[in-house]
Amino acid sequence: MSRAALLLALATAATAPAWVWNPYHLHTLIMAGIFAVLALSLNLLLGYTGQLSLGHAAFFGIGAYAAGLLTVKLEWSPWIGLLAAVVLPGAAGYVIGRLALKLRGAYFVLLTISFAGCVSLVSVNWMDLTNGPLGLPGVPPLEIALPGLPPLSLRTKAAFYYVVLAAVALSYLVCLALIRSRVGRALVALRENETLAASVGIDGTHYLVLAAVVSAAMAGFGGGLYAHYTRFVSPEVFLFTYTVTMVIMVVAGGKGTLAGPIVGAVLFTVLPEALRAATSWQWQMLLYGVLLVGVLFFMPEGIVPAARRRWSAS
Amino acid sequence: MTLEAHDLTVRFGGVAALAGVSFTVAPGTVTSLIGPNGAGKTTAFNVITGFQRPTQGTVRHDGEPITGWRPHRIAARGLVRTFQKTSVFPGLTVRENVLTGLHLRGRVGVSAALLARGRVRAEERRLEAEADRVIDFVGLGARRAEPASGLSYGDQRLLELAVALAAGPRLLLLDEPASGMSASEKVAVAALIGRIREQGITVFLVEHDMRLVMGISDRVLVLNYGRLIADGDPAAVQRDPEVIRAYLGSGAHAHA
Repeated sequence: MSRAALLLALATAATAPAWVWNPYHLHTLIMAGIFAVLALSLNLLLGYTGQLSLGHAAFFGIGAYAAGLLTVKLEWSPWIGLLAAVVLPGAAGYVIGRLALKLRGAYFVLLTISFAGCVSLVSVNWMDLTNGPLGLPGVPPLEIALPGLPPLSLRTKAAFYYVVLAAVALSYLVCLALIRSRVGRALVALRENETLAASVGIDGTHYLVLAAVVSAAMAGFGGGLYAHYTRFVSPEVFLFTYTVTMVIMVVAGGKGTLAGPIVGAVLFTVLPEALRAATSWQWQMLLYGVLLVGVLFFMPEGIVPAARRRWSAS
Repeated sequence: MTLEAHDLTVRFGGVAALAGVSFTVAPGTVTSLIGPNGAGKTTAFNVITGFQRPTQGTVRHDGEPITGWRPHRIAARGLVRTFQKTSVFPGLTVRENVLTGLHLRGRVGVSAALLARGRVRAEERRLEAEADRVIDFVGLGARRAEPASGLSYGDQRLLELAVALAAGPRLLLLDEPASGMSASEKVAVAALIGRIREQGITVFLVEHDMRLVMGISDRVLVLNYGRLIADGDPAAVQRDPEVIRAYLGSGAHAHA
């Protein structure tokens, strides 16, 4: 049952541009994919090490600005911009991880919120660099330039959809590879019992820093994709809403599972749009809230673990 | 000496949990640390394993000072402890618990995890076989797929031992491994400690059950109010008037 559902989901995802002819629907799916990358990244920290980053939009935003600034101001290749969108947030994640040292729980949450606040203020006030609230228009689209062939622009929604699909697959595989190894067990050990972990030789700080770096780099990757997709970066990328949305996706989808963040990202990107189409705006937010509470009430551990239990019971 | 503690002192404000305690643990022995509640036994364990910094004093392992090292580094030297209050990875199965305990016996880091999956698979197979061996050694073979949080209290304590053994200790520090156990479970734990020692692992034990302590120890150290009041073989310590006084109160010597 689970295998059939997985194959169906993969087939649906692989062929979507062929039958989703409404550009707005395709746009929604692209955003779902970008959010899937973000949710997978947050899940590494929240789901596996058990630490909640409420400043995750900062890594997303640094990635978006890194891609935007390098391509707009220095006119570098978008691919280098995308690489910088991985490396710079990764470095920021290293700093946060080192600062966290022995901060856990609520203190870790506060550290990450403060960090996001600082970065957001910089983006608004450092006019010379970022254009402040005006933002950076004209971020170039990704394009593939093979020698001997005309450059292939990934400007269309259908083409970018596959870029995002590949990005989700890559992020998923990175998470999978880490989790199914000694490294993944060390991350989980932090969540389960950090004192016991230390007593068997697991260096908690080392693994928290490591999770923060990979998680931040992945969130930055999502930010870089977002910049090259929307072709515009503004301080809005640091909105707290982005972080909250990521948390909802991870928790409702199933934190500490690999599929949960993806399921959560698709559901909670498509759902608001579907509700918008079906009802007026007053009802849209109300229904969204009711549905969210319903999911958490009936499936407190998340959709994916609940579905697994249902399937293994029947 | 495997372990040498010299002049260990830990003060919390005006209270001295340890007041200048010195002792050694000889390789290959079972050495027990006993004393009334609040005597400083767990504090001594915490200092030795790096969970607490001593106010004063040094800890040496095989001659090298390890005072103030962080716990994971001390564990990597082969000093592994268990905890007085049952401590497992509750959300993981028995097997996953022990696999996590085997951390130090693996080598895979991030780059290998991402790029050398063949090496990861080989290491996982090796660690899984090792985990099964440890699980069978403590007698939890029938429970290996169960979540730790679902085990009975006695089985959770065995799992703790399995996790500690997985870390490859040369010196195993057990903090009240038999507390809260039934009489038959205690017999089983005593036998298990015997088999651990036969594997060449030095055992340092904090325990309240005197029958257990006197039955398996080569040497007994007695703490009272943060001071070492006796140090010798079990029979001598049992006869020591100061030990009797510490356990039975100051009026006891009049009737002894």
